Amino acid sequence: MTDTPAPRFAPGTRVTVRDDWPERRGPCHIRTPHYLRGRPGTVQRVLGAFANPEDLAFGRPAPKRVLYHVLFEQPPLFGEGRPGDDVLVEVFEHWLEPAAERQAA
Amino acid sequence: MSTPARPQSLADLEALVAALKARGIVTEEELAARQAQTDRASPEIGARMVARAWTDPAYRALLLSDGAAAAEAMGVSMAGAPPLGVLEDTAGRHHVIVCTLCSCYPRAVLGYPPHWYKSFAYRARVVREPRAVLAEWGTTLPDNVEVRVVDSTADYRWMVLPLRPAGTEGWSEEQLMALVTRDVLVGVALPVPPRAAAAE
Repeated sequence: MTDTPAPRFAPGTRVTVRDDWPERRGPCHIRTPHYLRGRPGTVQRVLGAFANPEDLAFGRPAPKRVLYHVLFEQPPLFGEGRPGDDVLVEVFEHWLEPAAERQAA
Repeated sequence: MSTPARPQSLADLEALVAALKARGIVTEEELAARQAQTDRASPEIGARMVARAWTDPAYRALLLSDGAAAAEAMGVSMAGAPPLGVLEDTAGRHHVIVCTLCSCYPRAVLGYPPHWYKSFAYRARVVREPRAVLAEWGTTLPDNVEVRVVDSTADYRWMVLPLRPAGTEGWSEEQLMALVTRDVLVGVALPVPPRAAAAE
């Protein structure tokens, strides 16, 4: 592990939050809100690299993970709201994958 | 104020502190210093930072690029505190801060969080129906202003730099500070412009 891993995603990259539910598999500490799982968003900026809270919470060695500010449209998250409103959330890199969707040519 | 601690909680805390001291992880002096630092912090610090940013473009740039450095420039010790990010309201966008997972709050510059910030109701609702929650604070935004809810989920702490109200030209930092309440710094309220303030 390196102290400051290189970011995988540049600002502007479309990403999807992993649709994973570790809380259903046993004790865990996660900092990714449930309402974002499986949701597409856009990387706004790289915030830095921080010790993985999922390990810190259990006193395990906690390698640094890149943390992003990711922007999500607000209305699709709950099926209500005003177009144009959005939600900006800190999400760790291991919770993000490149967006699967492709724009039609 | 939160509910009083249960006797068992206090006993557990004492045992934990004793174990940390025994291993040389913390000292009594460090704990006292940290407690004093937290007790000293209040929304006045954040208000002073905003007022300075409204009157000093160089400080504004520092505040937006590195909130912790901007706090240190005001004499606030950020040692051991999480990084501070400051988000700038514009004519077209308003920010409101929440921590849906727990109650992350920029304590170094705002002090202790208010009870409502930690409530399930605020945390669940402000991401789902931000405009309804803001309206309950009497905060109604013009149609052309978009709301950006900032969910403070990880290592940063966030504060809002609101728009300076019209009609405050020539005001001193002290006068401007009075407009910037704790609720304004979280983003559930807006600085009250002088005409409205005078009418109250």
